[in-house]
Amino acid sequence: MRPTVRQGKWGRVGVADRATLSRARFARLLEVLREDGYQLVGPTVRGGAIVHEVIDGIDDLPEGWTDTQEGGTYRLVRRDDRALFGFSVGPQSYKPFFFAATVSLWRARRQDGSFVVLDKTRTLPRLALVGARSCDLHGLAIQDKILLEGSFADPEYEARRRGTFVVAVNCGHAGGTCFCVSMQTGPRVTRGFDLALTELLDADGHRFVVEVGSDAGALVLARVDHEETSEADRGAADGVVARTASSMGRTLDTDGIKELLYRNVDHPRWDDVAGRCLACTNCTLVCPTCFCSTVEDVLDVDGESTERVQRWDSCFTMDHSHLHGGSVRPSIRSRYRQWLTHKVASWIDQFGMSGCVGCGRCITWCPVGIDITEEVAAIRLTDKGA
Amino acid sequence: MMEDLERLLREHDFLKGLSPEHTRLLVSCAKNVRFASGDFLLREGAAANTFFLIRVGHVALEVGVPARGVVQMETVGPGDVLGLSWLIPPYRSHLDARAVEPVVALAFDGTCLRGKMAADHELGFWLALRLFEKAHARLERVRLQRIDVYGAP
Amino acid sequence: MTWIPEPARVLRVHQETADTFTLHFDVKTGGCRFTPGQFNMVYLFGVGEVPISISGDPSEPEALVHTIRAVGTVTTAMKSVKRGSTLGIRGPYGNGWPIEEALGKDIIVVAGGLGIAPLRSLVYLLLNRRSDFGAVTILVGARSPADIVYRAEIERWRRRADATILVTVDHAGRDWTGEVGVVTALLDRVPIQADRTIAMTCGPEVMMRFTTRALVARGVPSERIFLALERNMKCALRFCGHCQYRETFVCKDGPVLRLDRIEQLLWQREI
Repeated sequence: MRPTVRQGKWGRVGVADRATLSRARFARLLEVLREDGYQLVGPTVRGGAIVHEVIDGIDDLPEGWTDTQEGGTYRLVRRDDRALFGFSVGPQSYKPFFFAATVSLWRARRQDGSFVVLDKTRTLPRLALVGARSCDLHGLAIQDKILLEGSFADPEYEARRRGTFVVAVNCGHAGGTCFCVSMQTGPRVTRGFDLALTELLDADGHRFVVEVGSDAGALVLARVDHEETSEADRGAADGVVARTASSMGRTLDTDGIKELLYRNVDHPRWDDVAGRCLACTNCTLVCPTCFCSTVEDVLDVDGESTERVQRWDSCFTMDHSHLHGGSVRPSIRSRYRQWLTHKVASWIDQFGMSGCVGCGRCITWCPVGIDITEEVAAIRLTDKGA
Repeated sequence: MMEDLERLLREHDFLKGLSPEHTRLLVSCAKNVRFASGDFLLREGAAANTFFLIRVGHVALEVGVPARGVVQMETVGPGDVLGLSWLIPPYRSHLDARAVEPVVALAFDGTCLRGKMAADHELGFWLALRLFEKAHARLERVRLQRIDVYGAP
Repeated sequence: MTWIPEPARVLRVHQETADTFTLHFDVKTGGCRFTPGQFNMVYLFGVGEVPISISGDPSEPEALVHTIRAVGTVTTAMKSVKRGSTLGIRGPYGNGWPIEEALGKDIIVVAGGLGIAPLRSLVYLLLNRRSDFGAVTILVGARSPADIVYRAEIERWRRRADATILVTVDHAGRDWTGEVGVVTALLDRVPIQADRTIAMTCGPEVMMRFTTRALVARGVPSERIFLALERNMKCALRFCGHCQYRETFVCKDGPVLRLDRIEQLLWQREI
């Protein structure tokens, strides 16, 4: 059945702002997106973790899986139900799909004593993100601002990001290291989505309460049979979000955090964390917003052709601050300080928002379990400049 | 002549702020001296019994280093002081000081100056503090010089 | 703003000192319009790109000039660049020296070592538009007489009656008859009317720290002291994140920075 609706924001498309999809209809929704030419990117189990990959449909989703996460620990655990999205975030955000880890920027060839840069064509698929979480959507919005809205708009990021369809999911399970509530980035999806789903699994069946977020979302929903959402289900969906919000694994007090970090450059806590940090760069790899990159110019063996390649980089490397034969930040102490200060403080001056979305990945995937919420709290406790 | 000398003392940057009475006390220790380009004002190892206030021209502080030749440490010029060892026993200069161009200076006899400073502690304190300022500034410059900031990495 | 360099042919190569050389480029129509203090990313085919300040006369944008010191892989490879070689130019980037703010004021320029390279284009502007400014003082410090970049040109500047140019070296042998000592010592020779003075300095960071301290001691306010800071630069597009100096992107918000805005950071280690 497809209720016809004329009023409301999506009335002209014929859908209400909320609808309920059965599990089977949700599967159909994914098929519709594939029929429209989207490549589905969704969570799937691989190597003991839930990662983002190109998927074919509902069967690839991590049905019946959840995760336990703590500092330096991540394990998949079997649920006692068949929820499709009953886990929090895995090691990767969507960053690798849009701000790619390796990109060929341009190629050039020697010619007549000079050189010529070759034209570039890109054929990139349009992606439909399935199961995108609020924290990761905030991460995307932050990278959009940095990589598209500065005086240099990155054509590589733009080419990959353009036309992305987002099927978001409101988290029903708070991870052990999550703190999106503190960062005001979740758990409810509020922006950057075409459709947002809340999964309900109870005596009334396995279904999804769908919220429409855009014209494109409305148009796709209109092509899939759906029910009007009952008041009870609206309440149940709100309850899911409320329960998640109240079971966050971590909190971060962001009050005056910029000035706090700026005035505690010599805080002894930096020495403490320096004794633990391995400068392994895991945190920057898994972070949805880290955007440092480097370029390499590669010459062909005959010296006639060259390519400039862009790669992810990390401020934890010695090379990052290399200058005149040395590093400006040779100590791990200074590099950890740089990363944390940038992420939660300087980012605010640079871009008008925090660089942290509270996803907790840096805590989970740090091999020694360094916890940025704990580090900030420790600095606040004995704030030098208070 | 004495009045001219007193004026020259008063006009030198080093003695700015010294009371006219105290300045007059110093005149009998001073004379106006000239050096030709290449003349030595001080010699390493020799008795250091003169305090110079440079009025005109530049003087190079240098050291002769075996197999390396002469190394210039610093040049001092108009308004600067030259010579600190006259105040510190054993009163021996540790540097050569060579005029790199014609130099005019006020030269104070060390024994005379030390005597005046001991006899009048207010004068002594003023001069010692002022000399310390000069030494302090020179120490900072020498430290920066020693870092060799322009050196190859 | 782009990642792609424009080919530019080298017209002339001039050896300045043992490890420093100047490249004069032929730039396509329109030239490279720039403000003194700005830099280009200079590219050597297949080897890499480095940020090099523009050292030419801003009133002659067709004559692009870059002075390069061989300190790393790319700049050392550039030593073999000859007349007729083609390099790549991308830019200009960065902010420049605060010319507008300097109008009518006394200017003190303090250049240390290769710091004279981003200051030379400023000096050209000051001397070309001499009547727009008050007293002009240029202080130059170098490691030794053999390391003075633009030495012949500096001698020509010294002959001008409308500017004070003083030169000093850190180390010298017997044959140098000029000043010996750090460049901050030259400040003692310069009469300064602090309320109408603006100062601009570039050189090794330590030298700039001492210089700004000496200027402040003479009463020049921090709001009128400008430094050109250097950090690792890969993109010059405020994209790659390498050049950050706390919240400042040196490639975009700099390299010219006002002292009062970074004063706390300047004395911190490893920022």
